[in-house]
Amino acid sequence: MRKAPIIITAVVAALFVLSWLLKSNGAVVDENSMSAISQGFWITLSAFLTLAVMSFLYQDNPFYKFAEHLYVGVSAAYWMCMGFWTTLVGNLVPRLSEGLSNWFEVPYVGFKPHFIIPLVFGFLLLMRLSPKGGWISRWSLAFIVGTTAGLNLPRFLSSDFISQISATFMPLLVNWQGIGSFFSDFSLSASGQFIGILSNLVVFLGVFCGIIYFFFSKEHKGAFGVASRFGIWILMITFGASFGYTVMGRISLLVGRLTFIMGDWLGLIS
Amino acid sequence: MTNIGLYFSIGIIVIGLLAILRYSLKGKDIDRRIIFLFMFITVASSLLFKMEFPEKPTLIVKKVFNKIENLPEGSRILISFDFDPAMKPEVMPMANAFVRHCMVKKHKLYIMTLWATGQALMLESIEEVLKPEFPDAVYGEDYTSLGFKAGGVGVLNVIITDFRKMYATDEHGTPLDEIPLFAEVTSAKDMDLILPIGGGAPGPKEWILFVGDPGKVPIAPGLAAVVAPLIYPYYPKQAIGLLGGVKGAAEYESELLRNYDQFKDMDTPALSMMGPQTMAHIVIIAFIIIGNITYFRKRRMNDNA
Repeated sequence: MRKAPIIITAVVAALFVLSWLLKSNGAVVDENSMSAISQGFWITLSAFLTLAVMSFLYQDNPFYKFAEHLYVGVSAAYWMCMGFWTTLVGNLVPRLSEGLSNWFEVPYVGFKPHFIIPLVFGFLLLMRLSPKGGWISRWSLAFIVGTTAGLNLPRFLSSDFISQISATFMPLLVNWQGIGSFFSDFSLSASGQFIGILSNLVVFLGVFCGIIYFFFSKEHKGAFGVASRFGIWILMITFGASFGYTVMGRISLLVGRLTFIMGDWLGLIS
Repeated sequence: MTNIGLYFSIGIIVIGLLAILRYSLKGKDIDRRIIFLFMFITVASSLLFKMEFPEKPTLIVKKVFNKIENLPEGSRILISFDFDPAMKPEVMPMANAFVRHCMVKKHKLYIMTLWATGQALMLESIEEVLKPEFPDAVYGEDYTSLGFKAGGVGVLNVIITDFRKMYATDEHGTPLDEIPLFAEVTSAKDMDLILPIGGGAPGPKEWILFVGDPGKVPIAPGLAAVVAPLIYPYYPKQAIGLLGGVKGAAEYESELLRNYDQFKDMDTPALSMMGPQTMAHIVIIAFIIIGNITYFRKRRMNDNA
């Protein structure tokens, strides 16, 4: 057996114990907080898991694999428990059985016979585990898909389609009181008339030219081609803005973890 | 000392970038791990030496601030913590800023979450911000917490008509009819403002689609940066304003500091994050420029050959 993995594991284990001891001594203890030893352990474990996941950036390794598998296992267990306590015990039991409500110590709402339907469909869904009766679970899935589509369709049609089209119909000349007033009150303020006109113009041209780009029944030549090209620019700027926001989000996560490592764990920043 | 460390770090980064430019101009590939190392040094040094920049709120953030500011005392505001620990660094600062602003204006606060993982974060905000900073606030009279309820969009579909059909009790098991804050509240339509915070589903988009639009309730979402571009089209007609990522949170924090002296010593995690953010973005832009220079140089050399 190679010695290097054993040595690395031993060093990491020794550092873990050392960190645990140091953090336990420095932990603040009061009546309501967990004990210093426990707090030291959790901080050290958090730091270890953070570094284990980050180590993947260098290359795949057993510490990363351990953190990954632990995460998957804990997540699965967490969601199973949450599903039981919040959906079955939280929503179903109080509407079906007073005895079970008392057993689980949740307030009984009253018997609602139509809640038997989700109970039955829930059991049918579990038929997936049966090798021969797996097809029965499709009834539950069909109900879920149908209900979700039925609930979402009108709202998406109204808010995401009609309201969005309506939001594009905006005055190109915002608060227009004549050219004289426009120049006398000229301002580059974000709430000013000039920026308002410019913003509405960008929205109108952006939507119009963006749609033209996706209109393939006519060759993109001449004025139509120019509008199509402008549409591509608008799309590129949109993708760029989305990428910028994504970078910001990811850097925020990195800052969050480094703040924990350098602050809570190493105590380098307050 | 802090400035010396900061300038030293910036110097290291600049020299490193120039070295990478020179290396790549020779036609050699840069190992991706070098880029990761640069990002680490950039963010860590900005954090260590506390690099901060002044923030000025943009119109879209200012509108949210002004809305809360101008609502009459005692207005009903609902905050939904629809996020998980992965989103916490960027959206928790805006959640805490909203809580502070609503409480200082003496609005009535209704707190809930559609995410199971939001429950602990919601409690963290109550225990670490609301209770210590506003000790006079009375549970049930000034604020209340409905906790987590499973069902996602289904929950929104019900509370737009009746809270009591979905929530028999609050988070602590008290029937809603015994909570003074719910005495005159039937549904989400009775809210004066809804502040959904998050970046997934169900989240701010679902709040707009299933509550804001049909109920004609003003909505001002706080968003994780990744989804912010998807929600921008709802502004200004379907969302009165929005906070996009940590930048939006930092702008909101700066506006709170500017308007309320009592918050001058408050924790401002979003403002603290803008230093590392700015430096990281500069380094990424530098890498993009270096990549393009190398690409065009290689193409010209190939054309000449």
